[in-house]
Amino acid sequence: MTQADLPLASAVRDPEARITNPLRRRRAPGMVENTPVLNILTHLILLTGMIILLFPMYLVFNAATLSLQEVNAQPARLLPGDQFWNNIKEAWVTRDFGQKFLNSLIVAVGVVTGKIFIACITAFGLVFFDHRLRMPIFWAVFITLMLPLEVRIVPTYAVAANALQPFQTILDWTGISWFIQTVSGIEVALEWNMLNSYTGLIVPLVATATGTFLYRQFFLTIPDELVEAAKMDCAGPLRFLAEILVPLSRTNIAALATIMFVFSWNQYLWPLLIITDPNYGVVAVELGKLVPDTNTTGGAIPNWHIAMAGTLIVTVPPVIVVIFMQRWFVRGLINTDK
Amino acid sequence: MANIDIRQVRKSYGKDEVIHGVDLTVNIGEFVVILGPSGCGKSTLLRMIAGLEDISGGEISIAGTVVNDLEPRQRGCAMVFQNYGLYPHMTVAENIGYALKVAGMKKPERLEKVRAVAKSVGLEEFMDRKPGQLSGGQRQRVAMARAIIREPKVFLFDEPLSNLDAKLRVQMRHEIRRIHNRIKATSVFVTHDQHEGMTLADRMVIMNKGTIDQVGTPEEVYNRPATVYVAGFIGSPAMNFLSGQISAEQSVILLADDSRIEIASDAARRHAGALVQLGLRPEDMTLCAPGAGHLTGSFDFYEELGSSGLYHLMIEDVPFTVLSSIKPRFQHGDQVGVLADLSKLHVFGAKDGVRIDMDEQVIRQMEPAE
Amino acid sequence: MRRAYFKNNWIAALVVAPQLLIIFVFFYWPTSQALYWAFTFEQPWGGGNEWAGFENFRAILTDGRYWDSIKISIIYAAGATVLSMGMALILAVFADRQLRGYKYYRIGAIWPYAVAAPAVGLAFRFIFNSSAGIMSYVNAAFPGFWDPILNGDHALLMVIIAGAWKQVAYNFIFFLAGLQSIPRSLIEAGAMDGATVLRRMRDIQLPLLAPTFFFVLVINITDSFTDSFGIVDTMTGGGPARATNLMVYKIYVDGFQGLDYSGAAAQSIILMFLVIALTVIQFRYIERKVHYT
Repeated sequence: MTQADLPLASAVRDPEARITNPLRRRRAPGMVENTPVLNILTHLILLTGMIILLFPMYLVFNAATLSLQEVNAQPARLLPGDQFWNNIKEAWVTRDFGQKFLNSLIVAVGVVTGKIFIACITAFGLVFFDHRLRMPIFWAVFITLMLPLEVRIVPTYAVAANALQPFQTILDWTGISWFIQTVSGIEVALEWNMLNSYTGLIVPLVATATGTFLYRQFFLTIPDELVEAAKMDCAGPLRFLAEILVPLSRTNIAALATIMFVFSWNQYLWPLLIITDPNYGVVAVELGKLVPDTNTTGGAIPNWHIAMAGTLIVTVPPVIVVIFMQRWFVRGLINTDK
Repeated sequence: MANIDIRQVRKSYGKDEVIHGVDLTVNIGEFVVILGPSGCGKSTLLRMIAGLEDISGGEISIAGTVVNDLEPRQRGCAMVFQNYGLYPHMTVAENIGYALKVAGMKKPERLEKVRAVAKSVGLEEFMDRKPGQLSGGQRQRVAMARAIIREPKVFLFDEPLSNLDAKLRVQMRHEIRRIHNRIKATSVFVTHDQHEGMTLADRMVIMNKGTIDQVGTPEEVYNRPATVYVAGFIGSPAMNFLSGQISAEQSVILLADDSRIEIASDAARRHAGALVQLGLRPEDMTLCAPGAGHLTGSFDFYEELGSSGLYHLMIEDVPFTVLSSIKPRFQHGDQVGVLADLSKLHVFGAKDGVRIDMDEQVIRQMEPAE
Repeated sequence: MRRAYFKNNWIAALVVAPQLLIIFVFFYWPTSQALYWAFTFEQPWGGGNEWAGFENFRAILTDGRYWDSIKISIIYAAGATVLSMGMALILAVFADRQLRGYKYYRIGAIWPYAVAAPAVGLAFRFIFNSSAGIMSYVNAAFPGFWDPILNGDHALLMVIIAGAWKQVAYNFIFFLAGLQSIPRSLIEAGAMDGATVLRRMRDIQLPLLAPTFFFVLVINITDSFTDSFGIVDTMTGGGPARATNLMVYKIYVDGFQGLDYSGAAAQSIILMFLVIALTVIQFRYIERKVHYT
């Protein structure tokens, strides 16, 4: 039990609404009776599943330890070789995975921080203030769930090329640009190009319906008394947010941070679109360029060993995060319902 | 320290008016308990004093300043909440000192004060615990300390003891009174528990459906309830009521079972023909042989209370209780006589429920039915 | 009902503004643009455009390639969903018995969720490579048995398996959580009634898991329509001969390589309606823990 759990139990009115860890439990239903045969069968089924899930990654790791000749040998070699560090180095240095790795890290940290911040303050504005726009704003955020990047990809790219274009268009359309130009002689030309920049990689991903829900749900469990006690203690809304809500939402932050880190590290389509300058490339996209087909190898022997080394480099950080933050990860995932 | 003036205060939610023009003055250093059943508007009134609810009409002033439009933090009130409202992530010390921190007090000075206040409520051993690690009584003490440390003009208590078990409730009640006697802060305490009100209050305010029925010392409220509602609400076991009518010609109150109570003729003339409710507390009567007392009823069942026993009778179809420290035994259906202390008879108008004052001498005699 | 609010509504406006600004610029504006483009003939490099009515939609819907893409997408959705949900369900039901090693089985089923789509794609591309990977054994025994580079069916199967592999973890997490929210007393009551472990799974646990099952089902279908880009791009690039040209991938290819903005926009709109329909079903008809009102 963490420190965050303990006092929450006393503060939270509706225990059902709390962020709970659905996978942590108390008991084993199989232990109602003794079933040795079924137990062995259970283990067999589970082990088979583990092998199906793990074996592909073993093959990736295996290939990453082989040399160019070994990896292309017929039939394939299934035992590790000794080229692991060489291959990793090759991918890291020659393919410039070092720089890309750093970029991925910057983007992931930026997106995670941004999402948590935005989710927290939006939910704060929706839960702790009484205004008519609460539900409309909530729905505006909610509907973005139905507009994944994949379905608005071309126009979103156009917006990234000039993030102020929507405003420019509106100004042109309403005649305000014309008016300003006539009056002052200044031509209104708003432009903010986000292509090939960290801003472009981070800002569009920072909006988060799921994060806002998670925070909203949590804020709704904060008892009225806490708000009123803060009022009586003379703390204003921002102070209440910073000194009461944020410390209380550490569980939320951990859960959100974990799923959002995986989400942003694994971004592929968006960086693929807006980044052409290799200085801003991220590992996931770089991996796509390692595909050893005739375009990249020029008809030569495919260098699978480097490609697999690269795959490992991309895979390891989020997998480590998920394994070590498993508890938070599961909470985040279940409680946002994706 | 400050006095509170409440003038014609109203509260409505949309079309529903829940408080209908309430007047009340709380004097400096006074401990006032607002008592009433749930939904009577007592918490709303308290929260309007605190600034946690808007005031729909009328005026509240604290220390002579109208506070209607002031934020809670500008009113100088401290509040103890029903669920304590402790910050779950802060230690006891941090909880107690938070208001001072917000006010910008320096840390050493603050810690000094926190320690002193914590000691005064017996919390010094728990300074580094979180609220979740404390018992109900300890949390209650933290909530108290948090209010005390601010040295507020006014203390507000919103049913602070209702989450405690019975024994602890009594203990905390005494403790609150002791603290009040020490610091003499103007206090308003809301509760639905009459015992709490009786023990704590300098003056009690009895609320009923958004209006104040009576304001007075616990003794006044018990001895001279202003309305039939107050009479029924205060006192346990509850007061008995019998219906009757005032007859001016005979100068009596006629009861349903034909017993009659003689009253002074001028009182009878003033209220000629009025339908009334007679109130008699179970403890103001004794049992006697049938026909020997003022009333006669049939025995229903007996309730053992330890030091005394409560006899449930039926007079005509009206349930009636008598408290007796001598404990005679009856069978169901036995006829039992009841002798009333007529100096403690309460008379209320049946229509408006308002007390009809007839001095003790006025009620002369009560004659049982033939 | 909450009754304690802060009053400074300008602070509320301030704190909700950033998110509203971002979703306006990057969600609502592009969506409206897509709608606009779908009903006009859009020139790739700016310049004029003229009103097209439903012409763009007519062009797409009479294009055999688009219907092929839809067919492939449906096969992919069905295949990947059945495979991943089936496997996840079996693993969750048995993991839920919580025998020794439960923790390790659990983490073993969860970690694949963290692997990036392009990494999954590349890994499976290698594994299913006809000459270098594990399939080279099969091909050595039966020459020409497996060739995803040339054989479209093989390529699609390979993409389906990769997609399913990636999705197992997500489904597992939800199934396990669903199973564990079934009250212990029900299972004990089943045991008292004489039901064996397997019998209880069938008669008690699986029926009670139905709401979770349908929730996961809709999420999987939605995801397979939108989230399959990375895998396809790294595994097959939509080939061979457009055999793995899923709807999402076709939008990308038509828009960014074919520079057919209007066509891509019209396809986007169709896909968007599909996603909206699925989301509505998900919220409307499927019981959820979370109530958003």
